[in-house]
Amino acid sequence: MKKLDHKGYFFIAPFFAIFLVFNIYPVLLTFYYTFTNYEGYGTPEFIGLANYARILTDSYFYEAFFNTWIIWGLNFALQLGIALLLAALFSDLRFKIKGLGFFRAIFYLPNLITISSVAILFGIMLDWQHGSVNMFLQKIGLISEPINWLNQPVTAQVSVALILTWLWFGYTFIVLMAGIAGIPGEFYEAALIDGANRWQTFVHITLPLLKPIMLYVMITSLIGGLQLFDLPMLITDGLGTPEGSLNTMVLYLYNQAFRYNNYGYAATLAYALFLVTVIFSAITFKSMYRKSVKE
Amino acid sequence: MSKKLNIKTVVYVFLILVTLVSALPFYMMIINATRDTKDILMGFTFLPGSALLENYRTMMEYVNIWNGFKNSLIVSVLVTVLSGYFSALTAFGFAVYNFKGKQPLFIFMLLMMMVPGQLGLIGFYELNRFIGTLDTFIPLIVPAIASPFVVFFLRQYLASTLHPSLLEAARIDGAGELKIFHTVALPIMMPAVATMSIFTFIGSWNNYIVPLVVLFSPEKFTVPVLMGFLKGSQVAQNLGSMYIGIAISVVPIMVAFLFFSKYIISSISAGSIKG
Repeated sequence: MKKLDHKGYFFIAPFFAIFLVFNIYPVLLTFYYTFTNYEGYGTPEFIGLANYARILTDSYFYEAFFNTWIIWGLNFALQLGIALLLAALFSDLRFKIKGLGFFRAIFYLPNLITISSVAILFGIMLDWQHGSVNMFLQKIGLISEPINWLNQPVTAQVSVALILTWLWFGYTFIVLMAGIAGIPGEFYEAALIDGANRWQTFVHITLPLLKPIMLYVMITSLIGGLQLFDLPMLITDGLGTPEGSLNTMVLYLYNQAFRYNNYGYAATLAYALFLVTVIFSAITFKSMYRKSVKE
Repeated sequence: MSKKLNIKTVVYVFLILVTLVSALPFYMMIINATRDTKDILMGFTFLPGSALLENYRTMMEYVNIWNGFKNSLIVSVLVTVLSGYFSALTAFGFAVYNFKGKQPLFIFMLLMMMVPGQLGLIGFYELNRFIGTLDTFIPLIVPAIASPFVVFFLRQYLASTLHPSLLEAARIDGAGELKIFHTVALPIMMPAVATMSIFTFIGSWNNYIVPLVVLFSPEKFTVPVLMGFLKGSQVAQNLGSMYIGIAISVVPIMVAFLFFSKYIISSISAGSIKG
């Protein structure tokens, strides 16, 4: 054990000074607001647990909660499915697919683009009468009548989920490929020699060994997904239109705070969102972890 | 044999289809940026039009996108530099010295890393209102000095690369601790700092909710906020101009990606294996 050396404080001091002011203090201040009816001016008035009681009966909060889950869930199922299929194809010893570097870069490209630009781009392209998407789908004969994507709750949620899939499947694919690269090649060679077909190889070797990395993908995606904001904020009018179907938890929080000046209630929403994130990350982790231990 | 060939063809067709889906929105964006609004409303084509300059001029009348670029660049470069330098400094402090409370402080930092940014957003806004830094770049830049994830990453990196004998040698030569950090540790950390910098820069460049909350003056807007502003302005009626605005916000990142793609992708792969 090295002897104590207080010079260390000097090196970590700037970090903790800024961390305290711009990170810890705002989190604590927000917590204090949850017990008040603060509206952005004057002295916050203490109202006990009224904000917490309000959340429990707030139908908009439940709506935002379920919207966020539906959009994230649909997007994650698609994203993981596509990424797994691609990873299975590229890792198959018999296919020997060329151009991994090229495909990987193209698939990943959407992920780098500013989401607000993506939201506005698709906002125009998904327009009912004049949008490029409907025009294209009609031209190739996939649909006969234009679909009013962003004006009906179900298609609006599906649209946002598909855009999220488009943004993220490349990233997930890269991460899964990295996981597959870590699986010893002998496993696949042995499977090949034993005459296992593609499906068997995938189900019995690739999938089980990819579980830890799929857990990583799922938790990071969940944490990001529960914070969904940029896309629903900018793709329609920022109020969750149509019919509240794009009202997500963070969008609701933002509107309560910065559109309606209900700082106290918005602060409570922030803590509720945090609680939801922690609980579901823990559940995901536990259930996936237990399953992988059993096997 | 022919069956095998067929499956392979199907696989390649599928891959090309996925490639098209990934790239088509960008292609349409660029094509539509060159077309007249009337033409865009009339129909669909894969061929460029001739209204590029006109669209550009119309857009610039309402929104100066280059000013947004300048703002984004100032913010993102400073964020990247501050986050890189101070994270290295903090990681060095944690990796090299032994002091009271070191372990609790490090664990506390890791725990706070899990807290989503939205949790303190309202308090953050109020803090900046109180100290008078709303509508400035300060709330966007200064907090980068405390980037827990970068510190964590660099500390792990230092633990495996910085040998104590290097420090001893420098001390015998009479170098001060801060000088040792600058001349010995920082150069060793540079590859890891560079990796983190790419992601810090992209994250800062794409950040939307914080600048949306703290900035009010259009001339201070960063690109993401400016895009929202563009959508709410009168240009929104002029589709060609909207498309060119979006294209200008997107194309530089695509070009940068062309140069860095291998580096970025290998960093993601490495990060996820460790994570």
